[in-house]
Amino acid sequence: MTTHVEDRFEHHSEKPAGVSAQVETSHDVQVSTPAKICGMGHRMKRKEDPRFIQGRGRYVDDVKLPGMLYMDIVRSPYAHAKILSIDATEALATEGVLAVITGEDLKEAGNLHWMPTLMSDTQMVLPIEKVVYAAQEVCVVIATDRYIAADAIEKVYVDYEPLDPVVDPFEAMKDEVIVRDDKEAKTNHIWHWEAGDKEATDQAFAEAAHVVEESMHIPRIHVSSIETCGMVANYDKIQEHMQIYMTSQAPHAHRTVFALVSGLPEHKIQIISPDIGGGFGGKVPVYPGYVCCAVASLVTGKPVKWIEDRSENLQADSFARDYHIKAKMASDASGRITALKVETLADHGAADAAANPSKFPAGLYSICTGSYDMKAAHVAVDGVYTNKPPGGVAYRCSFRVTEAVHMIERMTDILAHDLGEDPADLRSRNFIRPDQFPYRSPTGWEYDSGNYQAALDKAKEMIGYDELRREQLEKRARGELMGIGISSFTEVVGAGPSKDYDILGIKMFDSAEVRIHPTGKAIARFGTKSQGQGHETTYAQILAEELGLPASDIQVEEGDTDTAPYGLGTYASRSTPTAGAAGAMAARKIKAKAKKIAAYLLEVGEDDLEWNVDRWQVKGSPEQAKTIQDIAFAAYTNHPPGMEAGLEATDYYDPPNLTFPFGSYICVVDIDKGTGEVKVRRFVAVDDCGNIINPMIVEGQIEGGLTMGLAPALFEEIVYDDQGQNLSGTLADYLVPTAVESPKWELGKTITPSPHHPIGAKGVGESPTVGAPPAIANAVVDALWHLGVRHLDIPISPQKVWKALRDAGVRG
Amino acid sequence: MIPGAFDYHSPSTLEEAVALLARHGDEAKILAGGQSLIPAMRFRLAAPEVLIDINRLEGLQYIREENGYLAIGGLTRESALEESPVVQQRYPLLADTARVIADPLVRNLATVGGNLAHADPANDHPATMLAYGASVVAQGPGGSRVLSIDDFFTDLFENALASDELLTEVRIPEPQPGSGGAYIKVERKVGDYAISAVAVQLRLHGEICSDVRIGLTNVSAVPFRATEAESCLEGKALSEEVLEAVGQAAAGQCDPSADLRGSVEYKRDLTRVLTQRAVTQAIARAKGGSQ
Amino acid sequence: MSRHEISLTVNGAEAKGEVEARLLLVHFLREDLDLTGTHIGCDTTSCGACTVILNGKAVKSCTVFAVQADGAEVETIEGVATEEGLHPLQEGFWEKHGLQCGYCTPGMILSAKHLLAKNPNPTEEEIRWGISGNLCRCTGYNKIVEAIQYAAEKLRNAETEEARQEVSA
Repeated sequence: MTTHVEDRFEHHSEKPAGVSAQVETSHDVQVSTPAKICGMGHRMKRKEDPRFIQGRGRYVDDVKLPGMLYMDIVRSPYAHAKILSIDATEALATEGVLAVITGEDLKEAGNLHWMPTLMSDTQMVLPIEKVVYAAQEVCVVIATDRYIAADAIEKVYVDYEPLDPVVDPFEAMKDEVIVRDDKEAKTNHIWHWEAGDKEATDQAFAEAAHVVEESMHIPRIHVSSIETCGMVANYDKIQEHMQIYMTSQAPHAHRTVFALVSGLPEHKIQIISPDIGGGFGGKVPVYPGYVCCAVASLVTGKPVKWIEDRSENLQADSFARDYHIKAKMASDASGRITALKVETLADHGAADAAANPSKFPAGLYSICTGSYDMKAAHVAVDGVYTNKPPGGVAYRCSFRVTEAVHMIERMTDILAHDLGEDPADLRSRNFIRPDQFPYRSPTGWEYDSGNYQAALDKAKEMIGYDELRREQLEKRARGELMGIGISSFTEVVGAGPSKDYDILGIKMFDSAEVRIHPTGKAIARFGTKSQGQGHETTYAQILAEELGLPASDIQVEEGDTDTAPYGLGTYASRSTPTAGAAGAMAARKIKAKAKKIAAYLLEVGEDDLEWNVDRWQVKGSPEQAKTIQDIAFAAYTNHPPGMEAGLEATDYYDPPNLTFPFGSYICVVDIDKGTGEVKVRRFVAVDDCGNIINPMIVEGQIEGGLTMGLAPALFEEIVYDDQGQNLSGTLADYLVPTAVESPKWELGKTITPSPHHPIGAKGVGESPTVGAPPAIANAVVDALWHLGVRHLDIPISPQKVWKALRDAGVRG
Repeated sequence: MIPGAFDYHSPSTLEEAVALLARHGDEAKILAGGQSLIPAMRFRLAAPEVLIDINRLEGLQYIREENGYLAIGGLTRESALEESPVVQQRYPLLADTARVIADPLVRNLATVGGNLAHADPANDHPATMLAYGASVVAQGPGGSRVLSIDDFFTDLFENALASDELLTEVRIPEPQPGSGGAYIKVERKVGDYAISAVAVQLRLHGEICSDVRIGLTNVSAVPFRATEAESCLEGKALSEEVLEAVGQAAAGQCDPSADLRGSVEYKRDLTRVLTQRAVTQAIARAKGGSQ
Repeated sequence: MSRHEISLTVNGAEAKGEVEARLLLVHFLREDLDLTGTHIGCDTTSCGACTVILNGKAVKSCTVFAVQADGAEVETIEGVATEEGLHPLQEGFWEKHGLQCGYCTPGMILSAKHLLAKNPNPTEEEIRWGISGNLCRCTGYNKIVEAIQYAAEKLRNAETEEARQEVSA
């Protein structure tokens, strides 16, 4: 067990140099380039779409190589069991079966049976002594055909001795059953971590006029991107070269991990992340299947394909959430929040395999004071092993921000209801004010910019808040149940500053390499990897804005480690904050060189030039100008003597701080007293993600994120029985919402730029998934509060509502 | 998830199909819409050695009124019910049901006969056909016979067909004047099986209910009628007390098991509520002249 | 176990193969015909990523055996655009940002195509129910609904225009 106590933050109140104290908020997207150029702010149609709408996307399972073999996986039926023997004789005797690889084989191949996790824990690739979760990979079969491989896994006979599993994290803390007896310390307790000032918090609670307290569970969920995980590994024994097609959100980092684990030299490994059918965090970890597939290709010298089934994806891949939270909030007599105290038990399953590239074991959880200015806060988290698959990857959320936001937004509502106050008014009273930015939070974060009241005001206006409250009172008088829920969340994204963020020591910068061809067209390569976010379009728009080249003339590439510059990948809403910034910075380097060339061509001094959309022109004499295309041609044909030819630049961007998008969401629900069903009648989402690159894509990100916020609020949960069996391991029981359950989202926006980001953008992909669940949960509890209901854990199923109603004596 | 291997036959006549069934007996499964069978085979929960694909049999897809009943060919797709004017106009209970089975893509292949013959209490047609007092026609080597739906479901996934018989037609009695029906289903999301669902069919003489039949979905191991609830309504006018009694009786008679959809208590109470709503709607439809 | 010669029409062209009886139609399309636009997203007939049009109806090709399609007409995403250009649904998905990762998109487009063939002027509610057999994890569905509305309008206008020309001819 290790103990981490946060001491990284020096508490001081000076504003960072060069950052204005307050950033203006606007309501409209600014556009400074014509439609032909399509820089920032244009609703440009996506450049990647023609291939997708015609079935010409290329995903991992579409890769077909000559002589390709197929891998299938034998999985454990038990959550905890000793492996007594593995008999693969019958499988190996089957025509078309080439090999069966076990943990022993991997051990002999160079201790490949264990691998490091992203949190520097260890995880079994294939087990030798025992299995620690149901559906764990036990061995793999390699065959000439997908169908033969599927038949052969049925012919591998594994003899198990079942052990008692420990499934409940509170039970696990008693250490009666030890999940990881491979470790020296015979305990399930992984780590204890604290942030904030305990003494000041206790003091504030001692002085509080009101204290509210609640326990809540944020259950396990699964990203379930429609494409599952998969790989084609192609080892060339003669060239000693490993080419890998992989569903990877972070191909460069994965290449380094493969090099470190396998001992293959890194320049002999090429990872290609082709089109990715959704990621949401689930394609950040390295799963045992990937390692086995690569080993299978090494062993056979042939290309090997492995594609997960959906049920394998839902049962064995890493999970999100699973935080058991106990929270207390203090306020003064006037309803000003003074302090927050949070204790949390984090269920990590059988390994701490969180996709959390920060130095903090609970990620960014200490952002939990949210949008509210309070004196003191203290957070304590304990990580624990259980006999479940590794947990802690994202579900479209940056490292535990969703858990933090759910807690603070629920607690704020509970406080408001307890004080008999309108939850909107209580929020307004407690918001961090615009003039307090950059704001230093009691747990040490420095929020870059915000205007929380403006977002809440806009949401209230859009939904007609006061009228809804009147309707609610009338309905309540008639015995009808209607609720209104608010969430005024603050996100924290864009990992991240190298001081605190790394993957296995590699700093969390990201990169761009921009090359302009003689005819004024360009190629730009980035270290990130789009999984639907539309980077081919938005990155081109950033460059178009900076350079004046039409976005349609810029080809954006990502995902091939042989060609793209090194980067840490796409997750945590980090692409725009990091690689987008790198793109802008690279463009500015190009622009500086372009200025020298223009000065040379125009025979003026550099100081006589000014930039105008797509050209350097002579101040006061705009007809004397050189467009970026003129300059590009000159860069190869007529550049100044002594200057290197070409027009290109690379930038590795290490952000000075994270960015802090925010928003206010308001949800209206109607509840059926008879059945317990919750119907989301309306949902207004006002988001502020700073400057907007492509409004259409931002809307798409928000709408998608809202449905992924609705999902855990009302539908999705990975449920285990007391033997550790996953009861929701197929899409028939893991309830991904359809177009019918998902309401018609209503969007609004405010724009408060990030003062430290080169283009003032903040990132948006995850805000809605973070912000939506508490708005929905608050709406349901708001409908039931007068019946004595204080809290319901998500997902709020019809049964939970029904039980709350019947417990309150309401009969439908 | 890949199905195990099997031998495949695709007979072109009913006689041929029945002969194949007779030859292969329990080793064989009928492939109709395949929307329950193929997923089960992919998970290797079902591993038939022989599949007899009846999709090429002529003349098993129809919906027509004849001889006092609505005759539905066994191979009729669920989507055909949704698109059928006669079903939409004269059989609202069936129209309600057809709309909420699985999802639209599944309904394009799934068949009425398959839905019944699978004898899954979670399927929607069993309750509906029980409420209609339907009958099914079985074709065997020696000819055909008609079975009452009340005798059709014998156990979980078990029906009264002999191993060499094929379900070729479902017959729903034509609605008498004053008839009304409704199907109300609560599911966790589109495509899910019911947490509970209730099918009601009845007749109204003035205010008095008769010929009341109530079928319940997914609250028992075998599809069944809530006969005690029927008795509470039979021969009576609807009143708050009667409605209460009907709901209570359905809740009392059902025998759900707890699962991710809900506890036993929740499913019972939901059955009470849905029975009351379906009865109320059936009566409203009977009064409104929509059968 | 049994193998079968099959012959079918895929996107207007004849396709033949010798298949094992258990071969799923989706694997025949993807592996034997290299039509990889049809995707696989689940194993419980839940997600609709594999949707194709089989004899005029949208179905999940992971829940049909290839041998069942002998003699059938199949349309996949690769056959939706014509020589004249993109189908209005493809245009709509592009115009209205009805896709992000693109993985569910072929299935969505074919589901919508069948929906509009049955109901050329659907309400928003009918569209949502009509595509409820297809899961999308990226878009939140709003923009898919708008894409289908765009296509419906364009197809109706084209039909009206055709009728007008017929009358004037």
